[in-house]
Amino acid sequence: MDGFLNALILLSNFVIVPSMAYGSQLAIGALAVTLIYAILRFSDFAQGDTMAFGAMATILLTWVLQYWNVSISPLPTALLALPFGVLCTIALCLLIDRWVYRFYRRVKARPEVLMIVSVGVMFIYNSVVRIIIGPGDRWFVDGERFIITAREFKRLSGLSEGVAFKTTQGLTILIAFIVVAALFCFLNRTRIGKSMRAYSDNEDLALLSGIDPERVVRTTWIIAATLATIAGVLYGLDKSFKPFTYFNLLLPIFAAAIVGGLGNPLGAIAGGFTIAFSEVALTYAYRKFLAYLIPGEWAPQGLVQLLSTDYKFAVSFVILVLVLLLRPTGIFGRKAS
Amino acid sequence: MKPSTRRRENMRVISKFAAMFAALAVVGVFQSWSLALAILNLCLISAVMALGVNIQWGYAGLINFGILGFAALGGVTAVLVSVAPVPAAWGAGGGGVIVALMISLATILAAVFAARRAPAGVPRKLLLAFIIVGGYFLARAFFFPAVEAIEAVDPTKAGFLGGLGLPILLSWVAGGLLAAAVAWVIGKIALGLRADYLAIATLGISEIIIAVLKNEDWLARGVKNVSGLPRPVPYEVDLQQTLWFQDWSAGMNVSPVEFSSIFVKLCYAGLFAIVLLVVLWLTERALHSPWGRMMRAIRDNELAAAAMGKDVTGRHLQVFVLGSAVVGLAGAMLTTLDGQFTPASYQPLRFTFIIWVMVIVGGSGNNWGAVLGGFVIWFFWVEAEPIGLWLTDLLTSGLAEDSGLRRHLMESAAHMRLMTMGVILLVVLRFNPRGLIPER
Repeated sequence: MDGFLNALILLSNFVIVPSMAYGSQLAIGALAVTLIYAILRFSDFAQGDTMAFGAMATILLTWVLQYWNVSISPLPTALLALPFGVLCTIALCLLIDRWVYRFYRRVKARPEVLMIVSVGVMFIYNSVVRIIIGPGDRWFVDGERFIITAREFKRLSGLSEGVAFKTTQGLTILIAFIVVAALFCFLNRTRIGKSMRAYSDNEDLALLSGIDPERVVRTTWIIAATLATIAGVLYGLDKSFKPFTYFNLLLPIFAAAIVGGLGNPLGAIAGGFTIAFSEVALTYAYRKFLAYLIPGEWAPQGLVQLLSTDYKFAVSFVILVLVLLLRPTGIFGRKAS
Repeated sequence: MKPSTRRRENMRVISKFAAMFAALAVVGVFQSWSLALAILNLCLISAVMALGVNIQWGYAGLINFGILGFAALGGVTAVLVSVAPVPAAWGAGGGGVIVALMISLATILAAVFAARRAPAGVPRKLLLAFIIVGGYFLARAFFFPAVEAIEAVDPTKAGFLGGLGLPILLSWVAGGLLAAAVAWVIGKIALGLRADYLAIATLGISEIIIAVLKNEDWLARGVKNVSGLPRPVPYEVDLQQTLWFQDWSAGMNVSPVEFSSIFVKLCYAGLFAIVLLVVLWLTERALHSPWGRMMRAIRDNELAAAAMGKDVTGRHLQVFVLGSAVVGLAGAMLTTLDGQFTPASYQPLRFTFIIWVMVIVGGSGNNWGAVLGGFVIWFFWVEAEPIGLWLTDLLTSGLAEDSGLRRHLMESAAHMRLMTMGVILLVVLRFNPRGLIPER
């Protein structure tokens, strides 16, 4: 029995908890992608760098706060700076929409053109981030590191394996939950949220019924920028902040959004967790886990790792391909031509 | 079109190219001819790549964000074709790797066969899962011991299987073919779906290709790089020691060392120019043939073209494969020029998206435009840094020499080139979406 419990704890520590946290980050990022797709009808390649920009703005204020010794310990100071980062990103997104995207809406450009435009925007965000904060790794996490350490857990439970639960992981999951709940409340309960859904379902009918398209678009950017900043800051707190990693997050985020069906918010969340769990579970070495379940002489010798960690993001691609092959509209389906 | 308008348009194209070459000459005179030729060589390669993208985007409106991956496939082909084989490594694990690859191939074929032929339902799913999982573990059993054995063979110099030991020029064709094969698989999956899916799928495959090339040391040494690839042109050192060359450089009144470097670059430029002209000629012929008109008809109105009986997805697949092959060819040329294969140097911003800027700026749908775009953008990509440094220096000259802000800005000048590219792309898309040389 102890063997089984230990195996379960081991799995929670190395697979379930990390992928819950990572999945929450992906889910928030994918929500932003999917919202932009639903309303503005293009895939925003600048998403990764929007996240980087939001995280950067937050980090800068965090550093200032840390310098002034302002802290909300045991929570990381970054949470205090987060609203500032969100505001900066919202301002940036609205400006870019005003200067760049609005023109293409007016001329009714094809979605492919908008996609390429978003690449131009990505270049600019990318260089702004690199110019301001540099291309290197940045740390900004402070406060209590663990909610519960592996040692405490072992002492409390008397098992030989422990679960370490980092504050950042706990925060990520909690914040993701709040954000998602708030977003769905907004989309289902408020007038502007409903008009967004109407606009996404049928643009012409929505316009006929007097919905102001520019207002819908502005709201979308505000929400997307908020989501992107939160996702970016949570990812940065959990791992570390490096502009290039944020560009690399594009693939898992898009995969998550597509797996759930582009334009479908619920699907984006499910997709985020699917991708995260598969990435972590497929690259985890199961030797110790199996050793707890299988009696000594039968236990495997090798690492029992399905994929080397170097191929982590290949997992999201494979899932993406499988979904494209089997169910191009995503697992939750949504009309997509 | 009236002959007079056509003549005027041609004059405009010629004058734009003349301006480009004049800019290169300015670099030659004021910086150095060696640098000007180095820029020219990469301009030529970029132009070939841009032609590949133009075939996909300009002719057919397909978005390929995986240029990087196809270029890297070309690059690794250059290694696999030209490097001498490592017999010890083949002896140690060549058989195992081949068996593992055969098993993987057989697994895929069996899975496809089962998916097509077995009766639908739960048994088919179980059978498929069994085939794939079984094949995977069987292949692993052969693969890992073999790889370990190969990588243990003389790890500082070899540790990989080596190549075929053939002339590197052959790899240019082979690289194109390999890229075409991969493009076919991707196209089969992602074409016929919404346009975004191809963009994202190609972005993904290129990341995976790079990951494989970085981590599979038995193939091309991974991040340990393969350097010293054989060259299609003479070596500087050999030239400097030949008599006729010494006489020649004495006649030109330059030192043999400098002249040999220029001469080698000129040889490369000649080879690349030949490839560029051949590809350009072929693409122009294709564009102005019934096939090219059909492609543009499909691009402009897929529904109407389908109603006329055109196989839209099939044509898209064709054009996607062709364009990727051209990118693969250019990738092999690039590795040949570098003389080494360094997987870590393949960065998406440096490859994929810059090539896109080239095509958009040059003029989507116009081959001459893509070539000009390749030249102009590469030129600015290289020269943006000196210009950026000079500008920052000028703008911050009011600040003290040791001011933190000034130092920070001077260090960041290198990142300015991304900003420049983004701004150029957005400005062209907005104010001159048809590019420098618009489609006719």
